[in-house]
Amino acid sequence: MSNAVAKPKDWVPKGDLQKEISAEKMLLELPRELLFITGSEAAREAIKRANIDCAISYPITPQSETMQQAGYLYDEGYIKEYYRAEEEIGVMSATAGASRAGVRALTATSGPGLMRGMEAISSWPGARVTPVLLDMCRVINTPLAIQPDNIEISFLLNTGMIMLHAENQQDFFDYTLAACEVTEHVDVTLPAMVSVDGFFVTHARGPVSIPSDEYKLNRRDGWRSAVPAMDNENPPARISRDAPIQKSNFISYHMHASWQQEVFAALERSGKYFEKLLKGRIEIINPEAEDFIICSGSAVSQAREAVRQEGENGRVVGLVKVKTLRPFPTTSIVNALKNAKRILIPEFNQAGWMHKEVCSVLYGKCKANIVDGPRVFGGMTMPTEMVIEWLAKARKDFP
Amino acid sequence: MAVKRYNVRMAGIGGQGVVTASHIISNGVVISGGYSSLVPFFGSEKRNAPVESYVRISNEEIYEIGEIIFPNVLMIFHPSVITLGKSYTMPFYTGLKQGGIILINSKTPLKFSRDEQRELDEKEAKLWYLPATEIANEVAKTDLATNMAMCGAISAIFGLPDLESLAASVKDRFVGKGIVTSGGTAALDSAIEKKFAKKQKLLEANHNTLKATYQYALDQGWANEGAGSKKESAAV
Repeated sequence: MSNAVAKPKDWVPKGDLQKEISAEKMLLELPRELLFITGSEAAREAIKRANIDCAISYPITPQSETMQQAGYLYDEGYIKEYYRAEEEIGVMSATAGASRAGVRALTATSGPGLMRGMEAISSWPGARVTPVLLDMCRVINTPLAIQPDNIEISFLLNTGMIMLHAENQQDFFDYTLAACEVTEHVDVTLPAMVSVDGFFVTHARGPVSIPSDEYKLNRRDGWRSAVPAMDNENPPARISRDAPIQKSNFISYHMHASWQQEVFAALERSGKYFEKLLKGRIEIINPEAEDFIICSGSAVSQAREAVRQEGENGRVVGLVKVKTLRPFPTTSIVNALKNAKRILIPEFNQAGWMHKEVCSVLYGKCKANIVDGPRVFGGMTMPTEMVIEWLAKARKDFP
Repeated sequence: MAVKRYNVRMAGIGGQGVVTASHIISNGVVISGGYSSLVPFFGSEKRNAPVESYVRISNEEIYEIGEIIFPNVLMIFHPSVITLGKSYTMPFYTGLKQGGIILINSKTPLKFSRDEQRELDEKEAKLWYLPATEIANEVAKTDLATNMAMCGAISAIFGLPDLESLAASVKDRFVGKGIVTSGGTAALDSAIEKKFAKKQKLLEANHNTLKATYQYALDQGWANEGAGSKKESAAV
């Protein structure tokens, strides 16, 4: 699959020299070094330590630089198999195949690429395969643009896969490594998507602290799984060629219902692992505040700065950062916001999917006035000034 | 300590090294012990297409991300950003803070429309012209060093990054750990390397260009005004 120059006979893949450790040790215990790198480079550093067996991708901006760098990691021997597939349906299908065969598989895509791969991606959770998909959000609407807009995340909210939304380069590193391990727990056995807002994170340089690359995550044990790895000599039950599943009768309906119930139950079970590895599935600033901002991804950075500037002017504003979109940290959010008076939900998309999520969990449990915004879309930045203006308006509208 | 925020918006055209310059300045600030972040903005990576890049500089951790809508400083790498409107931001000074600085790569002052001139006057914008391409051609013998010329001047104006850190940052870009800016810049690197057989020579030419425009900016008295504006009007 590769046209790379043949390695000398005594070549040792660099990955073979790394020591295997748990995600807990990697993320919570090892000392870290502070680097000033882009989001794509942070992803590369995560992949380098993730013990990836197989990486498959198809180029699309702004994702391309990450998987281009994954190619260098393959050359150095940190990734065992790597190739460019023909397009995203091929990528997502092959990635599922690799995972089904029992290895740790990773891919990455952006906006339109994600849309193209959707058919295959939607089938991952039910098949109980465990690939990790890095998603660098990009506009999908017309007119064409390459800038960040995270509407694509909403298309996957109900697939049953694990979904994390990284705020910055640091999160992109940490969440990717956490996802690689949590997906493979026996009581989870689900795929994960780690999203970031493209360009603002992928092509932007920021501080990232990382542990030494002498370490990598424990390898995947494909047999230690809710649905064991494929044994090609004894074909597995879960391939939809069995007549009862394909035919619409009571058996197929029961099977579909139970498979989907299993998926969503497993998704909830993954929460406890993220709670530990990410030090909580939400982050709260100024818990005593009456005015709160709740958001995920890049919007959190803008909200953080708004909270700081409001503080400089003597106004206390609270912030809830949502790290895991699926499983949605419902209880934590209700507890954090139950005494809030005004809630703002800034988003980098037109539809306001986070607004809908938050409203649905707070209904009947919180008396706050929930503001429908602010939002920017089409790849636009949300200036901090905009968040502050909306806060002022909320105070005026809901005294 | 009060949080200081310096926000720089750079605009130029594809191939000039605007994005690279932003990486170099931002990395230089971090080397010198300050806080910085940057984000580029471009369409397809092709020559002569509009490019913008944004650098944030602070004495505290930076949270904000994305484009800089309300900059203190504008760096215009090519006159056609203004004269031909080759810019994502129209007019080019949109959002500039009151009393902000505009550093333009042009040998001679540009002529603005009456409305533009009025708005620039109302903003009390400091318009400074730097013959960056001419200095690059003279010192490095190539206009490819225009971006270095712009970096040298901004170092003198801000005092941050200092010239030494800026030089270290340039070194990071071309040798040693390397800085990934984009796939397209890899091709450009090889083109530059052909011109400068040795990287050392390339570094030397870049450093000399930095120094030349640093001195030029000092000679113009921009450093004092820049430092003054940092304390007062240009700081957020």
